[in-house]
Amino acid sequence: MAEKGIGARVPRKEDLRFITGRGHYTDDINLPGQAYAVFVRSPHAHARIKRIDKASALSMPGVLAVLDGQDVAADKLGNLVCGWLVKSKDGSPMKMGKHPLLAQEKVRYVGDRVAVVVAETYHQAKDAAEKLVVEYEELPAVVDLAKAHDSSVLVHDEIPNNLCYDWELGDKAAVDAAFAKAHHVTRAEFVNNRLVPNALEPRAAIGHWDPGQDAYTLHMTSQNPHVHRLVISAFIGIAPEHKLRVVAPDVGGGFGSKIFIYGEECVVLWASKKIGGRPVKWTAERSESFITDAHGRDHVTTAELALDAEGRFLALRVNTKANLGAYMSTFSSCIPTYLYATLLAGQYKTPAIYCNVRAYYTNTVPVDAYRGAGRPEASFLLETLVDQAAIEMRMDPADIRRKNFIPKDAFPYQTPVALVYDTGDYATVFEEALRIADYNGFPARRAESEKRGKLRGIGLSCYIEACGIAPSAVVGSLGAGVGLWESAKVRFTHTGKVQVLTGTHTHGQGHETTFAQLVADKLGVPFEDVEVIHGDTDKTPVGMGTYGSRSLAVGGEAIVKACEKIIAKGKKIAAHLLEASEADIEFKDGKFTVAGTDRSKTIGEVVFAAYVPHNYPAGLEPGMEETAFFDPPNFTFPAGTYVCEVEVDPQTGEVDIVRFVAVDDFGNVVNPMIVEGQVHGGLVQGIGQALLEGVRYDDSGQLLTGSYMDYCMPRASDVPFFEVVTSRGTPAVANSLGVKGCGEAGAIGAPAAVINAIRNAIGVRVEMPATPERVWRAIQQSPMLKAAE
Amino acid sequence: MYAFEYFRPTTLAEAAQLLASNPEAKLLAGGQTYIPTLKQRLAKPSAVIDLGRIAELRGIHEEAGGLTIGAMTRHAEVASSPLVKRVIPALAALAEGIGDPQVRNRGTLGGSIANNDPAADYPAAVLGLGATVRTSKGRAIAADDFFTGMFETALEPDEIVTAVHFPKPEKAAYAKFPNPASRYAIVGVFVAKTASGVRVAVTGAAPCVFRATAIEQALEQVWSEASIDGVTIDPTNLNSDIHAQADYRAHLVKVMAKRALRAAG
Repeated sequence: MAEKGIGARVPRKEDLRFITGRGHYTDDINLPGQAYAVFVRSPHAHARIKRIDKASALSMPGVLAVLDGQDVAADKLGNLVCGWLVKSKDGSPMKMGKHPLLAQEKVRYVGDRVAVVVAETYHQAKDAAEKLVVEYEELPAVVDLAKAHDSSVLVHDEIPNNLCYDWELGDKAAVDAAFAKAHHVTRAEFVNNRLVPNALEPRAAIGHWDPGQDAYTLHMTSQNPHVHRLVISAFIGIAPEHKLRVVAPDVGGGFGSKIFIYGEECVVLWASKKIGGRPVKWTAERSESFITDAHGRDHVTTAELALDAEGRFLALRVNTKANLGAYMSTFSSCIPTYLYATLLAGQYKTPAIYCNVRAYYTNTVPVDAYRGAGRPEASFLLETLVDQAAIEMRMDPADIRRKNFIPKDAFPYQTPVALVYDTGDYATVFEEALRIADYNGFPARRAESEKRGKLRGIGLSCYIEACGIAPSAVVGSLGAGVGLWESAKVRFTHTGKVQVLTGTHTHGQGHETTFAQLVADKLGVPFEDVEVIHGDTDKTPVGMGTYGSRSLAVGGEAIVKACEKIIAKGKKIAAHLLEASEADIEFKDGKFTVAGTDRSKTIGEVVFAAYVPHNYPAGLEPGMEETAFFDPPNFTFPAGTYVCEVEVDPQTGEVDIVRFVAVDDFGNVVNPMIVEGQVHGGLVQGIGQALLEGVRYDDSGQLLTGSYMDYCMPRASDVPFFEVVTSRGTPAVANSLGVKGCGEAGAIGAPAAVINAIRNAIGVRVEMPATPERVWRAIQQSPMLKAAE
Repeated sequence: MYAFEYFRPTTLAEAAQLLASNPEAKLLAGGQTYIPTLKQRLAKPSAVIDLGRIAELRGIHEEAGGLTIGAMTRHAEVASSPLVKRVIPALAALAEGIGDPQVRNRGTLGGSIANNDPAADYPAAVLGLGATVRTSKGRAIAADDFFTGMFETALEPDEIVTAVHFPKPEKAAYAKFPNPASRYAIVGVFVAKTASGVRVAVTGAAPCVFRATAIEQALEQVWSEASIDGVTIDPTNLNSDIHAQADYRAHLVKVMAKRALRAAG
């Protein structure tokens, strides 16, 4: 292993600049002649636009343009699209409501874009935006997902029952048959709470049309600049793809929210041309982020688990209503379907599973992928349902899981919900987690808490996730509008330094470090000599970006493939220089050696020869730069067991997480420190969902949790010191690195562990977020606590 | 924010004169409420009069056995003051629990009580200790008369809080159940045993800080947690919002009162 190669805990290259405030974000960029955009947004959840009078706004000082939906229509710009076609169970395609860049005829949620004002300064734009006259005819709103189907209010007039699709997966007849002969059926209803993504950096963009070259540049907060370029050119039609450059510089967190193609970034690009080619900048205010960044989760589900007398799972039946919000966001259709129902087998050998998902429009912010995206919803319902089954059957929650795990020797394992798990050893990870958490010693700790007047509980969660969504042919057959491969270019310079150009994007994941470790390891060059370049469509090869914990498993493997091409070419050159046969050249630790001899050339010498080919193999291209694309044969399947221990204050309902053990199987690990950091962040977000975060709307569709005064983000003091183990890996088979992906695991597995721990403490399952008030009310109703009195 | 004139007087007299001559002006103390209000364009003052440079409004002094604290004294100064910790430790502890470090380093006593946010911490201490609010008009307003309603006080439009005098209690403590998001009080209870009797002030639970007279009477009888158990708090006039329903707040009033009592000793 190279000193800073695969497996080393190398401090992150990015940290110095981020910690010392030297990052360079979109809002830090100011282009000469830049103007400023402010959006006029709907104050109503649902209304018809009767009239827009631009005159008073246009007369304000410094105003350069006021553009609205009619201007968008006049310029024939395309609507925002959803990139994954889901079909209903009757075969009909999902019903996609029109989603124009600026609202036309109707507004459909508080925050919907009505117009943009462009002015010389930000404050002038803001002042003029207030003067824009918009006359609305207010309409009743449908806000509550549970009522969307039967509401007389239609979000899109042409879509009956607000129903986008009615989709199913699994063998319904087999499931019904299994339920008919079940010894016991456990049934529960779940709400998976709606979340605001809350990236630290709000969305921002600078659009620029250069009249000299008739070319466009869009600086923006993107997780996937090439996808933005593709959609803005192919669907919105602002610029042809070869004339559009999208640059995503440092990006301060995404969690999914910066995958999507929103209206604002498109509008500033278009507006730049409308004002003659001056750059136009927009940076979201935090309160704007709350009402425009796509929200996450928001399911209402009924689930039933059929068991035999020994507690073996026979079948699972799940009916889910998923909230899409007012419009379909870029990948919103696949989150509650292919990234949700396919995960319902979890770590268990449940033979029959059926899931029905109905996705509805409501007059709320659009909903799309948020850290975990579908998988947290699946894992939460399964793991809390399994716990409930154990309680009802008077079994230990650990034992019921042991009885049902897919055994180690059953891989590859075909689940009844489409996926084929490649590798795993769930029981070993499970026992390790229980051992670290001292599961067996819990009763003594509970007794000790009781002496202090506290209710102590322990909760388990055995999650599975699917990362590196693939292969392209399969996702294409399921409705994906894009391929899901990844690309890399590895380029040596004359002096032996390496530039790695990746199609993925790093916005907190540490790619600049991890990918450099990978290349240092594969090519035997110093870690410090490797620079990772990303986030600029003019520089990097076309790539699909970063989401779904795919960057290392897919993008990393593309880098490996490019390195392999470098080595193959290097062997040809080394053979020439060493006057040996190419077949006799071995490459190891940065050296090409004639097998069985001490005759060798370093990779630096070989690279130099490639660029100064004075003595060079005939017919071989000079230079040392290779590009590779990788389309994986399958997903990867990280899995793990989380053990959460809580103390509940029965007087107030406050929940204190006193211990949290996470044992994850991420396959092989490149940088354990970065992976642990990813797990920490995921756990905090999962705990945030479980205890603190939750979007609330009033009946008229006004967002009540529109600021940090009302929407509670987790703080350091809300979480314990995590005990994280990532060394229990079974290597993935879909890539040569054996890596699986770690970015979302914490957010997927944590909520059920927390909620199960609270149920263990008080005897009642509390809906998320389990606020003190909800827990206190549950305590008042708890049969377990009443019985103990 | 909207454009406004900005004044930074260095004496109280100058500030009072500016306020009198600019009827649409607003005073800026620590700005922890007002700056966000301005940034969100929820206020459009003609002028902002920043009290931050007026030395005579700052400082903590011992007076008549109690404490007199200047209106522009920061929460962090009260929290860390050896004098406050010695004379009225409950007040230092309350200040230590306001908001977060940034808020405590900017926010002021005078700003907090003049704003009279229903969920602010300081009004509970001022009312619970039976303090006196001193103003630029030479008035000394008893705490019982000062807090008149939601975001309302007995201050006249051109009147500036200069200091608050806190008499030294025999025993006192504050217990707060914070809103996990904002750290304002969902319920905060200040319990004090004073020369004039037991005083229990509740913040966060209702539209305005109030005295829980039923708890006061019970504690006058017997200074014990058991006394509080026997009291019923009527939720009728308490707040119900997305953070807590009225009956939960009523329950928390008793829980926090007991915790304050325990801390007071």
